[in-house]
Amino acid sequence: MDLIKYVHEQVTPAKNLPEFRPGDNITVSYKIVEGAKERIQTFRGDVIQINGSGSTKTFTVRKMSSGVGVERIFPYNTPNLVEVEVLKRGKVRRAKLFYLRGLKGKKAKIKEKTRR
Amino acid sequence: MKGIIGKKIGMTSFFNEAGKNISCTVVEAEPNVITQIKTEDTDGYYALQLGYGSAKEKNTSKQLLGHFAKTKSAPKRKLVEFRDMEMEKKEGDTITIEDVFAEGDAVHAIGSSKGKGFQGVVKRHGFRGVGDATHGQHNRLRAPGSIGAASYPAKVMKGMRMGGRTGGNRIKIKNLEVVKILSDKNLLLIKGAIPGHKGALVIIERAKS
Repeated sequence: MDLIKYVHEQVTPAKNLPEFRPGDNITVSYKIVEGAKERIQTFRGDVIQINGSGSTKTFTVRKMSSGVGVERIFPYNTPNLVEVEVLKRGKVRRAKLFYLRGLKGKKAKIKEKTRR
Repeated sequence: MKGIIGKKIGMTSFFNEAGKNISCTVVEAEPNVITQIKTEDTDGYYALQLGYGSAKEKNTSKQLLGHFAKTKSAPKRKLVEFRDMEMEKKEGDTITIEDVFAEGDAVHAIGSSKGKGFQGVVKRHGFRGVGDATHGQHNRLRAPGSIGAASYPAKVMKGMRMGGRTGGNRIKIKNLEVVKILSDKNLLLIKGAIPGHKGALVIIERAKS
């Protein structure tokens, strides 16, 4: 596996994203290419998992959109990912927050981490 | 055909400059040693014999030890002949990835596919199984169906496709692209999948150019 890690280091330029963890509330800005046109779209929600490492790392963001849960998986290293803004730090006890899928309303709320 | 012997390390993917996610196989090819040069005069054809990896001396036959002694090389795990591979090198010299390939080249990958053991006709030959799961069917979802007629011909035709040992064959995947060469660690990144398990020996050869 070390050689795969070495390949990741060689082919993937370091990404300058702020550090975020599962439970954080973030806004992701990403480029959308429509033919010749390009525009930037944003997606705001909670990070419910960070998957993989190296070149193939991805993270999943979940939000409630007019009562319907919407999840989007973003590859961490895609050049189409313009910016990530961390809005809130969540206080959670797991790395994967799939239990949120079964919860609604106030129960699906993540407590905010209070700074020390 | 110019080529090199290597070892499959595994697969991964990365984003290229255009923003496309490229999935690729990583192949490690330590410099191969030329163990013999066959010529028109001595063998009737021209070929380079390359050796890869290292074998223990006690596990190598006396005949092969003698063969390796001619080029003063250590015993090798695998020897492969490449026909008409013209290089300005002598016996005992090494061949690196960069001597043979450049980024963007089209290559063929040859290896043994993963062994699957005894498999039924659905996996082995792509049969669709028999009918439905309901409507009176029982226990026949992946069955081969009829394998012939009755009293004439009164036998099963030769070559009838049935279950059996699957995989573990020599497979050549053609026209793959060399995505990247990392010469520091003798690594070759090839677009797409190539046959075999991780750690399997593979032969990478140039597609006809």
